[in-house]
Amino acid sequence: MKAIVTVTGKDTVGIIAGVCTELANLGVNILDISQTVMDGFFVMNMLVDLSTSDKSYELVRDALDERGVRMGLSIRIQREDLFNAMHRI
Amino acid sequence: MLRQTEIMQTLDMIDHQHLDIRTITMGISLRDCCNPDPKVTAQKIYDKITRCAEKLVPTGEAVERELGIPIVNKRISVTPISMVAESCETEDYAPFAVAMDRAAETCGVNLIGGFSALVHKGLTVGDRRLIQSIPEALCTTNNVCSSVNVATTRAGINMDAVRKMGKIVRQVAEMDAANQGKACMKLVVFANAVEDNPFMAGAFHGVGEPECEINVGVSGPGVVYHALQSVKGQPFDVVAETIKKTAFRITRMGQLVAQEAANRLGVPYGIVDLSLAPTPAKGDSVARILEEIGVDVCGTHGTTAALAMLNDAVKKGGVMASNHVGGLSGAFIPVSEDEGMIAAAKSGVLTLDKLEAMTCVCSVGLDMIAVPGYTSAETIAAIIADEAAIGMVNNKTTAVRIIPAIGLDVGDELEFGGLFGSAPIMPVHNESADRFVARGGRIPAPLHSLKN
Repeated sequence: MKAIVTVTGKDTVGIIAGVCTELANLGVNILDISQTVMDGFFVMNMLVDLSTSDKSYELVRDALDERGVRMGLSIRIQREDLFNAMHRI
Repeated sequence: MLRQTEIMQTLDMIDHQHLDIRTITMGISLRDCCNPDPKVTAQKIYDKITRCAEKLVPTGEAVERELGIPIVNKRISVTPISMVAESCETEDYAPFAVAMDRAAETCGVNLIGGFSALVHKGLTVGDRRLIQSIPEALCTTNNVCSSVNVATTRAGINMDAVRKMGKIVRQVAEMDAANQGKACMKLVVFANAVEDNPFMAGAFHGVGEPECEINVGVSGPGVVYHALQSVKGQPFDVVAETIKKTAFRITRMGQLVAQEAANRLGVPYGIVDLSLAPTPAKGDSVARILEEIGVDVCGTHGTTAALAMLNDAVKKGGVMASNHVGGLSGAFIPVSEDEGMIAAAKSGVLTLDKLEAMTCVCSVGLDMIAVPGYTSAETIAAIIADEAAIGMVNNKTTAVRIIPAIGLDVGDELEFGGLFGSAPIMPVHNESADRFVARGGRIPAPLHSLKN
């Protein structure tokens, strides 16, 4: 299953490293990253593939959620289907 | 890959524009629950609902978590109980409502619809018993919704049933006087009721529907309102186009959720109802869309035209996004559930008469309207008849969900709480329609009902 991970929050050192480490620990493969900083606000979208992970979707979601709380960021994961439904015909 | 702006646009809709799936409603046929013994029938009703809908709520929640889109309500609709209970040897149908209520609580859904009867041409034994049982059924249960269809374009208006429903609405209010008659919000009187409506209180599982199915209702007034911010002052062609594009996006999401939920539950997906369903939250209002289109206060001159355009554009945008569109599909204008409507009604600009005109072009009818507690059964019946006439002649669904707020008068406000909001008591005309209602009989179907 492919999903979109969205990370938002105040820009600081090590955000990408932290999120990527968490995903690597979970066995989730990163397919694409796009990232910007607007007025000190960090925004990153990642396309990830969960089929490489032996963890359940719920577990991945909770782990990212926890990591977000620890780093003072919002990290959410949603299936890619939602965005494709809305923006691709 | 998706562009970052697209991803952020979707997230912005969910986080700041109240985009959500309003309801996943499971329709369940209870036609195999008939038995002469009412106790056996009640048990069969409970067993069938809890068996079919056992996984409805957990499945809805799982889809919600994976897609990251709120699914506000999980609900159930069943075959009209007047048919299911008709062969029972009992006059009292309230115990069947109690069985539905218990089943809803076991399944964890917040509302269950189908304590209903279709009487547009006349009443059967079961219809009569069901209608008589409505006051007790609604006042002794928490989650059960009731609806009665009194007119269709094909059959005309059953004025005997209209008169009866005026009385029943009053009886429900009086029996629930301790709560100022709020139980009336669980009762809808329809013309041209649809069989696959996922929205409450009017949902029931029609006789032409399959054994079990999933219908989904989408929402999104906030998203449309937000989209219109970018076309201020532009011609209506541009406004309509903007609404269509937005409705398309919202409905695509509804279609995805409907298919996903149906697949996981192993039942067919019925329809997506692409309605703009407001909530009392700020920024989730249909009235504010109309005001954004250009009327200073919802209810002033121009409101009906603005609503007609909105309703049509929502359908045109949505219909391309889903392979099966159904239900009520359009813009809802419930007064108590819409922050802008509440404000407009309080200011006196939005009146019952203007709302009636608006129902000619919106998706349903006079919805969640509180009137003075002393409003007579005949006046309520006359309001129902007016609304049914609009539905019958315009070939559309219309409905009346009216609450005679016991003990309250114009200037007061009736608090429902939560998604149901609060309704300012609206004035009704004091001049009597008693002679009109007393006639009874049937108003014949219009000429254009003869289509064959």
